[in-house]
Amino acid sequence: MSLRQIAFYGKGGIGKSTTSQNTLAALADLGQRILIVGCDPKADSTRLMLHAKAQDTILSLAAEAGSVEDLELEDVMKIGYKDIRCVESGGPEPGVGCAGRGVITSINFLEENGAYEDIDYVSYDVLGDVVCGGFAMPIRENKAQEIYIVMSGEMMAMYAANNISKGILKYANSGGVRLGGLVCNERQTDKELELAESLAKKLGTQLIHFVPRDNIVQHAELRRMTVIEYAPDSKQADEYRQLAQKIHNNAGKGIIPTPISMDELEDLLMEHGIMKSVDESQVGLTAAALATA
Amino acid sequence: MPQNADNVLDHFELFRGPEYQRMLAEKKQLFENPVDPAEVDRVREWAKTEEYKEKNFERSALVINPAKACQPLGAVFVAVGFERTLPFVHGSQGCVAYYRSHFSRHFKEPTSCVSSSMTEDAAVFGGLNNMVDGLANAYSMYKPKMIAVSTTCMAEVIGDDLNAFIKTAKEKESLPAEFDVPFAHTPAFVGSHITGYDNAMKGVLEHFWDGKAGTTEKLVRVPNNKINFLGGFDGYTVGNLREIKRIFGLMGVDYTILGDASDVWDTPTDGTFRMYDGGTTLEDAANAVHARATISMQQYCTEKTLPWIAGHGQEVVAFNHPIGVAGTDEFVMEVARLADVEIPDELAKERGRLVDAIADSSAHIHGKKFAVYGDPDLAYGLAAFLLELGAEPTHVLATNGSKAWAEKMQALFDSSPFGANCTAYPGKDLWHMRSLLFTEPVDFLIGNTYGKYLERDTGTPLIRIGFPIFDRHHKHRYPVWGYQGGLNVLVTILDRIFEHIDATTNVPSKTDYSYDIIR
Repeated sequence: MSLRQIAFYGKGGIGKSTTSQNTLAALADLGQRILIVGCDPKADSTRLMLHAKAQDTILSLAAEAGSVEDLELEDVMKIGYKDIRCVESGGPEPGVGCAGRGVITSINFLEENGAYEDIDYVSYDVLGDVVCGGFAMPIRENKAQEIYIVMSGEMMAMYAANNISKGILKYANSGGVRLGGLVCNERQTDKELELAESLAKKLGTQLIHFVPRDNIVQHAELRRMTVIEYAPDSKQADEYRQLAQKIHNNAGKGIIPTPISMDELEDLLMEHGIMKSVDESQVGLTAAALATA
Repeated sequence: MPQNADNVLDHFELFRGPEYQRMLAEKKQLFENPVDPAEVDRVREWAKTEEYKEKNFERSALVINPAKACQPLGAVFVAVGFERTLPFVHGSQGCVAYYRSHFSRHFKEPTSCVSSSMTEDAAVFGGLNNMVDGLANAYSMYKPKMIAVSTTCMAEVIGDDLNAFIKTAKEKESLPAEFDVPFAHTPAFVGSHITGYDNAMKGVLEHFWDGKAGTTEKLVRVPNNKINFLGGFDGYTVGNLREIKRIFGLMGVDYTILGDASDVWDTPTDGTFRMYDGGTTLEDAANAVHARATISMQQYCTEKTLPWIAGHGQEVVAFNHPIGVAGTDEFVMEVARLADVEIPDELAKERGRLVDAIADSSAHIHGKKFAVYGDPDLAYGLAAFLLELGAEPTHVLATNGSKAWAEKMQALFDSSPFGANCTAYPGKDLWHMRSLLFTEPVDFLIGNTYGKYLERDTGTPLIRIGFPIFDRHHKHRYPVWGYQGGLNVLVTILDRIFEHIDATTNVPSKTDYSYDIIR
């Protein structure tokens, strides 16, 4: 089988790293050889695999050694659950430097040093949004073939999903990157499943899986484990296994997304009755002002 | 008025006049916070000591006068070596002005190169529009046959994706879909100009051999008897490539030189401006995939390209800028083996003449100590030649040399009795070299034009070999490769040695007792 490259994107705090690690652990259970490339300066994309607080990142090690050229692959790659290879690109401390360039540097280093040899899957876990060219690195040609967007029924998560689709669209026409689907991480908001399905439809893609909320994920996380490892017989582990199987079967089935405008997104929320039709005369008024009006 | 229209003085004459001397003295007094000259002298002397050298070598967060340039310079070097190819640097204008002037000052020829002229809005919004407009303008104004794209720091930091941008530019009809636009990401803050050479050369060959960025079928190699030749980044490329062609011609080798700027950097003055001249044809660049073998003259210029070529099924051989008898022997014999040809008597005679010349002059070079700096391959080739001459390459420094290079240098030193007291310095700069020249003095320094300041500060006579050479003309027309090239290097070294002897023995009855006119 040729190398399959996927990437997880989504709004910050939506549960990308948790979802991706659980899914990848389930893929490893299926016998797939996997490399995880964390592309988030927070460097929390591999902690559940390694049972570690935080992995030494490529960029922190490079800063110590003086330059990326002084690093060896063994220095940066750790082996976690089911021999999953784990790498964190890391980045500068908040407020300085350029995290996007860090992602480019790290991915170039991995490719040049043969990190992509003898594996079936590379998975990139990318922070929040495609904010600059650096964070689009995983969707350049010959990188990720399918992008999975982790979202929920919250307005801003859907907004981010739409934005990420714009990023994919930009590269999809000239390259090979496609949107693999949405993964809804349940937040128990109103009519979440219908909303997620509607948004997927608008974007021209599918809701590949609806992951229900289950506190067992928290229990596993506190122990720095995936649910797959912590409670393999749980219902939640089964959900992730389903998601893994769906992603595995989704090879080559990605699409070029059709992102929508902000107005259309608001319309979508109104359609499902989440948001009432906006009375323009009330916009900007405080609750107190509305009561006296 | 010190200056008048009838006799215009150049500034170094003019500034010696009393008006300017007074002005400069007042400027120093009033604005330059002058320090007691005795204190300046004390510090200057201290900077010559072993104590200072140790501090200097502990320096970690500062580089002073690095002997290297940045990646896009190497990319431009590669681009101009192909037929009617316009180098296009995606980034800001000032960078490109530097590449052009750097080459023009060295080769004394215009160097055509365009930029996508990125400004602040491009940094914020990405440089796609600059690429789209830039390619359209470059294509319609300068009528190239190929545009080779590389990048500067700015485009790399914001993560512009050349592959996607070039495809988009073609979709927007900046240039025809089938027009050749090879590309290479060449972040200037990674590696040096030799890394840029490597990336750009690989970019061009990848374009032609591996399906033009997914738009055509990959070429299927049908082996023939040709030999590909990669010169690497080379300040002597004009003379060297002509010499290589002559040698290959004598040997009867069927060859392709990949990247040949020997014509465009040496165009005749006959009334016709040649923006493009000569170069490897695009057809030859594509057909080079079928060659029997590829030779790289400079290992550290082709660290990615050569293994990649090997991956296409060719035998590959790398040298380290061979200079002199043994180095050229190895090169010629390897060419003969790869191309399955005999070494002609003519070359054997040239070899004999070089050996003869070395023997004639041996008394003056034998045992002399040299400091050498330059690109890693050149430094290796020069050091090997010096050892061959019985000289000692005491300090060999390459700012863009790696630890692996230093190990290779050490193996070279270990192979000769003259190498016993020699040391390689990878990653060091010319300020380190300055300390070395004070604490462990040598007889001569070999380096590029920037070495003249080391010559002034340390009194070590400079022999100009390397890149860039701005202050001596036409050196690039003379080869340093082949037996003839070895002779040129020998003469260059000897000339300086004799000038130095003359300069230090020319006071009658004081330093000159024998009125020597023969050396």
